[in-house]
Amino acid sequence: MKEKEPKFHIETKHIEKNYPGRSVLKDINLSIKKGEFVAIVGKSGCGKSTLLRLLAGLETPSKGQLIMDQRPLAELNSEARMMFQDGRLLPWKKVIDNVSLGLTKEGKARAKKALQLVGLEDRIADWPAKLSGGQKQRVALARALVHEPSLLLLDEPLGALDALTRLEMQALIEDLWQQKKFTAILVTHDVEEAVAIADRVIVIENGYISLNQSIDLPRPRQRTSTPFSMYLDQILDRIMGRTQQKKITLLRSYPNTTKV
Amino acid sequence: MKFSTKNLSEKLIPWLVPIMLLVGWQLLSVVGIIPSRILPAPTQVFQAAIDLSSTGELMDHVSISLGRALIGFLIGGVIGFAFGLFNGIFRFAELFFDTSIQMLRNIPHLALIPLVILWFGIDETSKIFLVALGVMFPVYINTYHGIKSVDKGLIEMGKAYGLKGKALFFHVILPGAMSSILVGVRFSLGVMWLTLIVAETISAHSGIGYMAMNAREFMQMDVIVLSIVLYALFGKLSDVIAKLFERKLLRWNGS
Repeated sequence: MKEKEPKFHIETKHIEKNYPGRSVLKDINLSIKKGEFVAIVGKSGCGKSTLLRLLAGLETPSKGQLIMDQRPLAELNSEARMMFQDGRLLPWKKVIDNVSLGLTKEGKARAKKALQLVGLEDRIADWPAKLSGGQKQRVALARALVHEPSLLLLDEPLGALDALTRLEMQALIEDLWQQKKFTAILVTHDVEEAVAIADRVIVIENGYISLNQSIDLPRPRQRTSTPFSMYLDQILDRIMGRTQQKKITLLRSYPNTTKV
Repeated sequence: MKFSTKNLSEKLIPWLVPIMLLVGWQLLSVVGIIPSRILPAPTQVFQAAIDLSSTGELMDHVSISLGRALIGFLIGGVIGFAFGLFNGIFRFAELFFDTSIQMLRNIPHLALIPLVILWFGIDETSKIFLVALGVMFPVYINTYHGIKSVDKGLIEMGKAYGLKGKALFFHVILPGAMSSILVGVRFSLGVMWLTLIVAETISAHSGIGYMAMNAREFMQMDVIVLSIVLYALFGKLSDVIAKLFERKLLRWNGS
């Protein structure tokens, strides 16, 4: 698609991350183009969230190098904004003040616009405690977008939401990504979610990238289409280590087995 | 309509027991079951209050006591708060001071009264010193723990959103510690009155406690009871003020 543009937005070169007594990531090599939507999936504890925290600059790799816009990333990634699974809104700040966190005075107007984007302009004066889970995540999304980051990092942001709210939020994120043209990296354990909104799905297994699969489907994607389920099957097989035969019977008896 | 009557009754109900006690006390005094040299009637106490106010004596004692309480509270509170902040935020300060403070904390500060009298005499300094000492530790402990227990995820979020230093402290750490700090303030207000009462009763030549001790020498039972009532009222007042602060600063926490 964007072959003419050889520059990568963010690259990881032989990244390793070790904690005392265990090694989480081993030799991660990844190149992500500007404006690309990449989903990282894997079993829990596989290190996918750690990779995201490295990209945010919240932690430093034990070995290897992170390159952001052709420059090595040394500290906090100022180009990136992170959205956390638990939202992490400040309960003592009203919605509007949460969104304008870290902005100067004129940030209020921008915060208002960001809240309009996520459809919550009527809740600006509420305390976060009064919002539903989905609304809290919308506020967190607005808070990330108000900085107009070139890189949006999403750490299982929809993991705690109910299925319907999740679908709504997926559509919202996809929509805003198409509007704003930022690079997005989504960590999720929901493979269907990954296939539905990402250009590319990456599977991390035992600290290595075990699958790097482009999803060549037109948007908006039909989740019931045959190519969609083929991508889904292929990625699930990789994660679960299933053979083709087993998988078909499994999917027939449990048609809703999409979560890992 | 129904709602407002419910509200009104909720405001009145807490006062029923004190009022009934007062009425009962008055009745028992009037019929003579409680002799006035054991306990004067409420009306006698009230009369004593009016008499002492007219000479200006009551106001003098009350304002002196309030002044001591306030100055001691401010000094002790500021020191405790500052140590709590530093030890909560800076690892080095914690290593350096915390153990010593924890040791000092376990000495009952009222045990220092003999020493304090020898040091400072029975002037203002000794009372203010004792109040400050008593107030310092609850404020310290709660500030320190409040800061230590701020949600690490929120601090990380703040950092990821570019907050650091002062901004991180005022937007994330201090508000996160606030409910714990206010618990410390409320608790230390109690300690403040207790310390002041004991210090003034043991050795003073002014203040509410002195007024009570002085009255004892002349068997002025009504004045003694008046002093006790005054302490109760001021205790309640400081509690109301503390609650007001909590309501203002922790609005986000309610409902």
